[in-house]
Amino acid sequence: MTAVLPERPARPTGGRLIDQFEYGLDAPICLTWELTYACNLACVHCLSSSGRRDPRELSTAEAEAVIDELQRMQVFYVNVGGGEPTVRPDFWHLLDYAIGHDVGVKFSTNGVKLDKRRAAQLAATDYVDVQISLDGATAEVNDRVRGAGSFATATRALENLAEAGMEDFKVSVVVTRENAGQLDQFKALTDSFGAQLRITRLRPSGRGADVWDQLHPTQAQQRELYTWLLANGDDVLTGDSFFHLSAFGEALPGLNLCGAGRVVCLIDPVGDVYACPFAIHENFLAGNVRDEGGFQRVWQSSELFADLRSPQTGGACTKCAHFDACRGGCMAAKFFTGLPLDGPDPECVQGYGETALAARDLELIAPRSHVDHSHTGPVRGQPTLLGMPALPPAKACDESPLAGLDLR
Amino acid sequence: MRGVLIDAVPSTNGAGPAVQAAPAFDAELRWRRARSVALRPEPFGALVYHFGNRKLSFLKSKTLVAVVEALGEHPSAEATLTACGVPDAQRGAYVKALADLARSQMIERRDTP
Ligand code: SF4
Ligand code: SF4
Repeated sequence: MTAVLPERPARPTGGRLIDQFEYGLDAPICLTWELTYACNLACVHCLSSSGRRDPRELSTAEAEAVIDELQRMQVFYVNVGGGEPTVRPDFWHLLDYAIGHDVGVKFSTNGVKLDKRRAAQLAATDYVDVQISLDGATAEVNDRVRGAGSFATATRALENLAEAGMEDFKVSVVVTRENAGQLDQFKALTDSFGAQLRITRLRPSGRGADVWDQLHPTQAQQRELYTWLLANGDDVLTGDSFFHLSAFGEALPGLNLCGAGRVVCLIDPVGDVYACPFAIHENFLAGNVRDEGGFQRVWQSSELFADLRSPQTGGACTKCAHFDACRGGCMAAKFFTGLPLDGPDPECVQGYGETALAARDLELIAPRSHVDHSHTGPVRGQPTLLGMPALPPAKACDESPLAGLDLR
Repeated sequence: MRGVLIDAVPSTNGAGPAVQAAPAFDAELRWRRARSVALRPEPFGALVYHFGNRKLSFLKSKTLVAVVEALGEHPSAEATLTACGVPDAQRGAYVKALADLARSQMIERRDTP
């Protein structure tokens, strides 16, 4: 990624929009801003390895300055996430501040703070979109990956939003091997709240790398998902994240392109700017909003982003008959599974990804992020996917046979 | 369906809310960029954002950007195309692009001269 070509290809005039996007935009159209690494949950597949707050987190004043800059750059909305963004005490202030500065907010939450009062407040606010994360259509499937009680928290938030008359809120699902068979159930559940379903792809990013082998959909599930999307795609949002499935035949609606550093980027809680929310790794770190010139300078002038803003010309995928539809898939998925960035996606629907995964050098250690804020101690409602929750006793004397027994 | 000059990509989060029916486009009438719409210049043209329905769209040529910005100063859309030097051979494509923009409420009718 750091190889700097002496000359970068020049942007063509006219032509398809997707070809223009490959050369980047003056400002992102899909900017994710993670406000905090703190989270009340410990989901097994967290893309940002969140849990503990980082003491270097942007202050309220610094966050306001970022919003001012986004307004100047005409970034019309941001996707706010975390961690759990609503646990930041100034979250509601920043929400109002952004909206007051022509920056609409779409935020993702596990619902922990969305009581009736907040739901009513959101329903009364323009330019705010809420999505509640849910990774199972039943508590059983959801809580295994998101933690005990998280299904109940999410559905309570959904009830509160529906009751408050909130419009266009979303239920956001990461498709896994365990919930891929529940798509119709998700749709029914979402419809019952008058909400909209959004499904996205599981990537091996953050803690997702630890469970990807176990949780990513099988080839057969991918095929079913593709068929389901063709049938239901008009009512379901996908963040255009399944474009690698377009190689099954018909292109899925939306932008079929890896937008990393081109139209997509991430500002993390400490102000670091990465090419994509799924690419928190120093190889994709372009700068920090605290640097001189701020976010604008990082977006417009970083070497890394300049490198990403050119069409892919070499590699195995460019010879594939489906390249125009699939474009080699997701950069982050390749990177964190240790595959070459110009080769097939690990979930390549033509099966080349599996071959490539099998052919990896046995010695190869897939790259890991240097950023990890995972909880180090026990969390209430630990996910059980990885077997019994690993909760080492804090002290030897906690190992009393009666410890934790509810004797009521 | 991708147009010739504008290319509406659903907001990266997917499709926006359904747009209410807008009056058909008549190039003889007075138009303007909708008041709740902002244009962001881009190397290929501009990004168009509607703060009301939160739809995102793109103008794929600088001339089209000039046309949309100038609509409010001319007695008709047709006159705007002439003023912006749109060649005859391309007028059809521009009228169609404007009609698409009217349908997605990015431009609106105006009564004032
Ligand atoms: S790296 Fe993957 S998730 Fe990120 S923009 Fe590219 S395709 Fe999308
Ligand atoms: S070989 Fe590459 S371009 Fe072809 S389908 Fe697989 S990932 Fe997509």
